[in-house]
Order: sequence, then C-alpha cells, then structure tokens
Amino acid sequence: MALLKADHIHVYYGSIHAVKGVSFEVNEGEVVTLIGANGAGKSTVLNTVSGLLHPRSGSIEFEGKDLKGMPPHKIVEHGLAQCPEGRRIFLQMTVEDNLEMGAFTQPGSTIAGGIADVYKRFPRLEERRRQVAGTLSGGEQQMLAMGRALMSRPKLLMLDEPSMGLAPILVEQIFDIIRELHKAGTTILLVEQNAQAALSVADRAYVLETGTVSLSGTGAELMASDKVREAYLGG
Amino acid sequence: MSFLSNVISGISLGSIYAIIALGYTMVYGIAKMLNFAHGDVIMVGAYVCFFAVSAYNLPPVIGVLLAVALCTALGMLIERMAYKPLRQAPSLAVLITAIGVSYFLQNAALLWWGSDPKKFPAFIVVGEQNGVSLFGGQLRITYVAIVTVVACVAIMAGLIAFTGKTKMGKAMRACSEDKGAAQLMGINVNATISMTFAIGSALAAIAGVLMCSAYDTLLPTTGSMPGIKAFTAAVFGGIGSIPGAFLGGLLLGVIQIFTQAYLSQELADAIVFAVLIVVLLVKPTGLLGKQIQEKV
Repeated sequence: MALLKADHIHVYYGSIHAVKGVSFEVNEGEVVTLIGANGAGKSTVLNTVSGLLHPRSGSIEFEGKDLKGMPPHKIVEHGLAQCPEGRRIFLQMTVEDNLEMGAFTQPGSTIAGGIADVYKRFPRLEERRRQVAGTLSGGEQQMLAMGRALMSRPKLLMLDEPSMGLAPILVEQIFDIIRELHKAGTTILLVEQNAQAALSVADRAYVLETGTVSLSGTGAELMASDKVREAYLGG
Repeated sequence: MSFLSNVISGISLGSIYAIIALGYTMVYGIAKMLNFAHGDVIMVGAYVCFFAVSAYNLPPVIGVLLAVALCTALGMLIERMAYKPLRQAPSLAVLITAIGVSYFLQNAALLWWGSDPKKFPAFIVVGEQNGVSLFGGQLRITYVAIVTVVACVAIMAGLIAFTGKTKMGKAMRACSEDKGAAQLMGINVNATISMTFAIGSALAAIAGVLMCSAYDTLLPTTGSMPGIKAFTAAVFGGIGSIPGAFLGGLLLGVIQIFTQAYLSQELADAIVFAVLIVVLLVKPTGLLGKQIQEKV
C-alpha cells in the first residue's frame, strides 16, 4: 500500500483550474519528485496535500486514511511535514525557537532530543542557535527550514523547491542532505525546478505540465527520456 | 509637590492606557486586525464588576474575577461570530465590522443598563482610607493608583515571559509572522487567534475595573475614548510590540495629565493626538516598533 496516494485531484484558485486531475503515489522509503516549469501546479499539489488548499474533487489518502476536510495542523499530527517554498522560517525568532515550533505537535519530552538530532545533521545551526533566524544566510535558512520540518518526525517529508535561490555549491549540499535523509529511511516528496538534480536523487518522478501529469517513471528513465531532456535538462 | 502629584497621576492614568494598549497590541500582532470593540469590552467588564459588587453585594474580588471571566468569553465570542468568518476578507471589511461590534456593544449596554451614569464603588481601600498621605498631607497617593501601576507592570512582565518562554506564546509569535508556515508546523491558527482575543479581553476587564475605580462614573460610552487613547498609545509605542504598548501608554498618560495641569484642560486631548502625529512623522513604526527586514 502506498504511503501517500493522490487520486485525480482537481484544485482551483477561484476560477483558475490549477491542478487538473493529478494522480501520484509515494511509497514508504522512496524519494519521489514532481518536476515541471513555473506554474505547472507543483506547489499547489503540495499545499493541497498539506491541507492549505482543498481539492474540488479527487481524493488524497495517507496511510490509507482519507485526508478530506482535515485541517493543516491535524495533517501534521498524522506525520506529514512540509518545508515550504521560499523557506518561510520565522525570521524574528531564534534558530532554536524555530526548531521548537517545528516540534509543536510532539510531546515536550522529545524536543531536546529532536533538536540535538537536527544539530548533528546541520552543525551550522548549532553555532547559530541563539541567533535570530533573519540574520542567517540563504543556505543556512534553507537548512533551518529543513531541520524545522524534520522536528515533527514526519513519516513523509515534503520539500518545496529546497534549492531555490541558492548558489550552486549550496544546491549540491542540499541534495547531499536529501540523499542522506533517504539513506536514513526518510520518505520524501520533492518538488523542484532543478530537474537534473531532482531526478538524480529520485527513485521515481512525475512531470507536471500545466496542471496535469504528462510523464512518469523512475528517475533514471526520465533522465534518459528525450522529452524531458529537451524540456527540462537543456537538450 | 504638585509636580510630583501630577507625575503620579500621569503614571497611574498611563498604566490604565498601557493595560488596554497591551490588549490592542496582542490582538493586532497575531490577528493583524484593529479590534475597535476592545474599548467597549472594558466598559462591559466595568459594568459586570459594578453589578456584582453593588447589586449582588458580592466581594470585590469575586466581582473582578467575574468581569475577567465574562469578558474573556465575550472576546472569544466576538472573534468567533464577527471576525473569524472574515479571515480571508480584505482588512477594510474587518475594520468596519470591528466598528460595528463597538457600536453594538455600546447600544446593547444602553438597552440593558440604561443611560444614567452609575457611580462605581470605591473598593480598593484599606480600613476607611483610599490612599496614603505623604509630606504632611501635601502629596496623596491613592491605593487605586498603586494597584494600577503594579498590575500594569506585572501584566507586561507576564506577557513578555509568556510570549518569550512558553510553547503557546511562541506559537503566537509564529502565527504573527506567518500564519501559513505556522499551520505547517501543526499550530492550530484559529485556536491561537481565539486565545489572543481571550487574553486581550481579560486585560480589558482588568483595565475597566481599575479605570472605574480611579474615575468613578460608568456609562455605556465609558470605554470608547480610553479605547481610542490606548490604541493611540499602542501605535505610539510601536503596534505589535509589548514593551512598546507599555511605554506608549505611560507616556500618553503623563503627557495628558501634564497638558491638563500646565497648558489647557480643553486642549489636552488635541495635544495628545498632536504628539502622536509628530512621533509618527519622525518614526512611522512608533517608538519601539521594528522595521521588519526580510531576507529573500
């Protein structure tokens, strides 16, 4: 059984039909990526899974349970965490307070351990733990956003454009971290514009084009596909 | 000696403004809306305490607790009924609704409790005395003034500790910065906003009782002007900032009393608002307001 299963979801922004019958699955332990151009509906799909948007039709199941009508904070409690596009860390709060917020749904006794785990993975954050998050560099902010999402000990981690706006060396670092998380058994749903990097870490991938899935397959298959090469990998 | 006496009156009045302003600023900080009905919740709190003590002969402490409990419930009810349905609406719609709620409360009070002024009982007394005299009677400090200042400082310290140290308080700050991201952390934003209204309204009840203990006439419009002054104080200090509301309230009270004493009784309010305008021209974010720097 798939961990997450979206079945023909349709999502609207007012009268704009942004997602037109998208279906996909994420199995336990997999890294699945949704790639596609700007405006293809990738973030809309993630925000719908997180409950920030509601599908007009179609269903989303997590561990076999229908998420329909569930408010976002309940969805987090069920083990789905999203690290949103643009990071959206709490800029006026300290690094450690941001991490603590990530563990909002967790019992108080586990928070210190969670923070220690995040610091082990991102030593830079520990150096800056008392600093206000707004003073961090872009790369550090992305690490904080990912660390914060991990604090809820999610069964599925959704990453929305984690490489956006980062220097190439940092992009590489972020994808190394995704590989490490994968190796440690974390299930990841990754949304990326950087198709090359995303396909290289993904077990399976879906290509989104103007609100529909135009192609799907394993990361390697899509990497080799002429259509994908032309459209997303620069020939 | 009259100077010292004015300073004390100013700080005491300012503390009342500060307690109201703290409620305003909490709600603004988290819900990002100006709750113009806040001043009228003060009035409701004062009436509840008045009737509990005068009509039902309950002990003053019970009267205050009742006022706090009922205003907390009222604040949450107002939020649930009037503001929550407008969460996605333009801020102008919310603002107008808040003004509507304000008039609703004033007129409901008029209908229920009548237009004749009530004389609020002086219950902050020790023995028969309502204050202490110093320097052979030249300087008099009322117990109400002392209680007001102490309550104000305690409330501010409590709010700073709450928002800085507790999980719920930090969640409020998270909601204040980014509601969408807060939801993705598993924070129930609606419950958090509701709680903010509860805290703000409880503070309004305390302010109402203290204000009517110091200035004893109680009318359905009693909360209106102090509400606007306290809003001014919150903006003056930097809206959204807890120490800012405290500082703004104190300064506003002192400025008001000093203008009344040394310049003009009639122009006092005009001068208070003129000071606000000047401060905002020089520092648009208020005295302690933060210029938010976002890094993209």
